[in-house]
Amino acid sequence: MDIHEYQAKKILSDFGVEIPRGGIAYSPENAENKAREIGGSKWVVKAQIHSGARGKAGGIIFCNSALEVAQATDKLLGKKLVTNQTGSEGKIVNRVYIEEATNIRKELYLGLVFDRSSECIMVVASTEGGMSVEEISQEKPESIIRSKIEAAVGMQKFQAREIAFGLGIKPELISRTADAIIGCYRAFSELDATMVEVNPLVISEQEQILALDCKMSFDNNALFRRNQISELRDKTQENVNEVYASDRGLNYVSLDGNIGNIINGAGLAMASMDMIKLAGGEPANFLDVGGGATPEKIVKAFKLILMDKKVKVILVNIFAGINRCDWVAEGIIQALQIIDINMPLVIRLAGTNVEKGNKILKESKINYIEATTLADAANKAVKALKDLTK
Amino acid sequence: MTILIDEKTKIIVQGFTGKIGSFHADEMIKYGSNIVGGVTPGKGGQTHLGLPVFNTVKEAVKNTGASASVLFVPPTFAADSAMEAADAGIKTCVAITDGIPSHDMIKIKRYMRRYSKSEKMTLIGPNCAGVISPGKALLGIMPGHIYKEGNVGIIGRSGTLGYEAAQQLKDLGIGVSTSVGIGGDPINGSSFKDIIEIFEKDKKTEVILMIGEIGGPQEVAAGKFAKENMSKPVVAYIAGLTAPKGRVMGHAGAIVSAYGESAVEKVELLEECGVIISKNPSVMGETIRQVLNGKRN
Repeated sequence: MDIHEYQAKKILSDFGVEIPRGGIAYSPENAENKAREIGGSKWVVKAQIHSGARGKAGGIIFCNSALEVAQATDKLLGKKLVTNQTGSEGKIVNRVYIEEATNIRKELYLGLVFDRSSECIMVVASTEGGMSVEEISQEKPESIIRSKIEAAVGMQKFQAREIAFGLGIKPELISRTADAIIGCYRAFSELDATMVEVNPLVISEQEQILALDCKMSFDNNALFRRNQISELRDKTQENVNEVYASDRGLNYVSLDGNIGNIINGAGLAMASMDMIKLAGGEPANFLDVGGGATPEKIVKAFKLILMDKKVKVILVNIFAGINRCDWVAEGIIQALQIIDINMPLVIRLAGTNVEKGNKILKESKINYIEATTLADAANKAVKALKDLTK
Repeated sequence: MTILIDEKTKIIVQGFTGKIGSFHADEMIKYGSNIVGGVTPGKGGQTHLGLPVFNTVKEAVKNTGASASVLFVPPTFAADSAMEAADAGIKTCVAITDGIPSHDMIKIKRYMRRYSKSEKMTLIGPNCAGVISPGKALLGIMPGHIYKEGNVGIIGRSGTLGYEAAQQLKDLGIGVSTSVGIGGDPINGSSFKDIIEIFEKDKKTEVILMIGEIGGPQEVAAGKFAKENMSKPVVAYIAGLTAPKGRVMGHAGAIVSAYGESAVEKVELLEECGVIISKNPSVMGETIRQVLNGKRN
């Protein structure tokens, strides 16, 4: 789960990391008042969306008066920002963060992730703050400092100091920089985060160590014990269909193609999408209805797929294991009595009682194309799509 | 021979008396697995499915001599149960549970470091379909009847895609020595490398099928290990050609976040290691058949 910049900064601040003064605003008047409250003469209005690279998309505006803050807020609120991370549909700005402008002396990069090779928490730092970590690793790989942290004992001060010295921080500021790094580590490890990225971490002209921008993601599997984090979820930043799916226990990712998929199991779902691509088509989605593929789940899955107006053909591929194909077939028939899909439907059943399942489908009144193998299913779905455009 | 389990392996079920634990324990018994009892804290002394229930894994091991366990404990308590199994001297533990936090998985793996190599438990999973040695024993949730007994070792992350492979093999008359589901989580008990290493030593296994997917370094690490250390051919399929970067595809671990983690890059890196690639998921069985017939290696 992702959260907004201002939420992430509040968390960092709770762990002792310094952040610039700021406040959240939902209207231009609100923003103007916030700017006066914060004080000073220069502010930054920052669009709060779940994406980086907001600056290039016009989502960060520098202002020299409280009136300008109100105008910038008016310009941003309600707007859809398209960045290189949001996809073409963009993300809506429903709130802005007003922050005092910082005089920056030095910009640094600091990131924390799981390192899946060593199964440790990895701290990544660089002197090239402001660039994305991908850009840094391509253009300035020699500037990257990595430090593996043993989760059982946590980050030691010497490890944070080593990073700070490695970044070329002057001796008077080493201890405070190390504290900021440890604060970020503690937020990561104590809140079940999967990613904390402070980019940039800056040294100001006044020699403060400030988290100027921050992104955080959390482990969905750990939200059961992180109520305060769960409450930060902002569904307006997620794809509507994906929210619908996750609220119903379905694993769904919206994609750009036009062949909708209903599949049981994540691996089989990815494999079926691969087959569609190899057959010359493009999948409209990833959808895993779970190993069991119960009739209720199948009904929900059809409803979900039909919410995506791009979908022209539906492919159902279920490998029945402990459950049985005859049972899955009944589920599909039940679903189609409730929902009118009105487009070509390819069904491939495999596994337990496959003959029985196919027989039930054939004897029913539903209009569908039967497929036998993975390849057959993908080919038939792509052919059905081509037949539509003939 | 098989790996990890056979018909003699004494198995206990953790989370034995719950709905899911009961259902699958019954399926495993029907398949022929030597289930000797189970553990549900607070229900010790009761009998369930005709077998004894214990309060702790230690008690269960002491009274039954069990060396393997299968875990159906909810994610909230699963890490605790896995560590309990390790401490009680269980040799192979299969964690079926889906949804264990990554920070908990790191904790389990660090906890297990206290044991010497000979005493250390092999943890399989979590979020996996388990282990099956066809015709001998099932320690998991796979549908036993789709597996024919034979000489192909299977390792995969996904349950149903593993079933697909087993079915393709069976349709070609090819059987499986053992199939191991290592699960879809970013941090798991045993890696692809850990399992192919065991298959290399198994006399019955002639060829290994590795069913990987996008995300993480494990498939390539196994490929590199195979290049240096293995005499047996390794065939691989990597799912997720169409997966966009930075999105989780169902499995928590199926996310491309760095170079070498996409399906295309993994295939390239595996080919460099001499791993034989199944070009698409529809020809996993056929690729294995060709390797077994000596047409490719």
